[in-house]
Amino acid sequence: MTASVTDAPDVIDLLAGVSPGSPLDAIRAERPQARQNAQASFLALFQPADEGDATRAERYAVATFVAGLHRQPDLVAFYAKGLADAGQERLIAAEIARAAAHGPYGHYPAGPLSAEDQPGPAFLVSEASLPALGPRLSAAFAHAHLLVFHPRDAAPGALQNLLDAGWSATGIVTLSQLVSFLAFQIRVVAGLRTLAATLAGGA
Amino acid sequence: MAETVIAYPGHAEPSAFTRAELDWLPWLPPLPAEDLTDRHWAGLVDAARAKSAYFMLLARDPDILGARTRTDKDIFYNTSGGLPRAERELAATAASRFNGCIYCASVHARFAAHHSKREADIDRLLALGVGADLDARWNAIVAASVALSETPVTFGPAHVAALRAAGLDALQIADVIHAAAFFNWANRLMLTLGVPSVG
Repeated sequence: MTASVTDAPDVIDLLAGVSPGSPLDAIRAERPQARQNAQASFLALFQPADEGDATRAERYAVATFVAGLHRQPDLVAFYAKGLADAGQERLIAAEIARAAAHGPYGHYPAGPLSAEDQPGPAFLVSEASLPALGPRLSAAFAHAHLLVFHPRDAAPGALQNLLDAGWSATGIVTLSQLVSFLAFQIRVVAGLRTLAATLAGGA
Repeated sequence: MAETVIAYPGHAEPSAFTRAELDWLPWLPPLPAEDLTDRHWAGLVDAARAKSAYFMLLARDPDILGARTRTDKDIFYNTSGGLPRAERELAATAASRFNGCIYCASVHARFAAHHSKREADIDRLLALGVGADLDARWNAIVAASVALSETPVTFGPAHVAALRAAGLDALQIADVIHAAAFFNWANRLMLTLGVPSVG
């Protein structure tokens, strides 16, 4: 692990507004391993010791897109700080607007659960954004949309699209962890913020 | 390095939620055991996980796997105070049922049923879905887990109030939040990197 494990501020505390000595701080302290390892997960994904098969720039671009799909402006702003430039930020904002949906939807294997099938949109980046984003990020955004909104529609073809766009098997694992971790982090932040507001209300 | 996904022509995919043990087949190649370095072993956390295709696939990025696993264990196994294990597993089962992860739901329905001894209620949750009427306390935990699992998240003060009314304190509510949130991580990996299989 890198030195930043101890140096970097705790991202969930930062984004959920948990201040030292607050009731939420005490609650998080009851689950010290979860707190420490949620932070270690963030660092492993966003300050990796070795970029491996997903560049740092790709990681922040996907994270900004994923935060946008969850309509969490504070998290969009947080991850957008890792983007290459303001032009890329505008491009991603345009794709977020096109990708808006409400999940989870999707299909089940044919059978009794078919009655619960809920169709919904799949996503591809616009023709206009494709050249600037490039094939790897465009494929990653399409896949991130699947994971965020309709993961039960997953099929081997979705992973094949990533392989064909230049992602390795290891890069796909990193990308999948990144999107799925954010689904967790965003929910912890949203949940703790809501809980903190009720505590401040005198509970 | 893989250039093609792994297909399983004719494999038996479960078509209903169940508490039965299922298998899981990866669409990308797991690491071969002989390729594991110390860093991979550290990521696996428990050496026994080297027998699982799921963990051996995730071991391709060992640092995030190790941190994920330690987060998971504290959320579910740290029972010093807070929500009983059975109800953390209920939150995990509800999130998995709502997201549609048949594999995750099977594992955590078994845990929830075992720890609560309420097999019939868990089976109703699996069969009828997250609208099943269990009891006031369990309904509040399921509803909170569902609201946390929606995208965008719809969890709000009314869910906290319902959990309070059902007798949960702030730490227990934080445990519900973490258990449901964690399964939004786990469900997405399980659903999109491979496929469950019967037996």
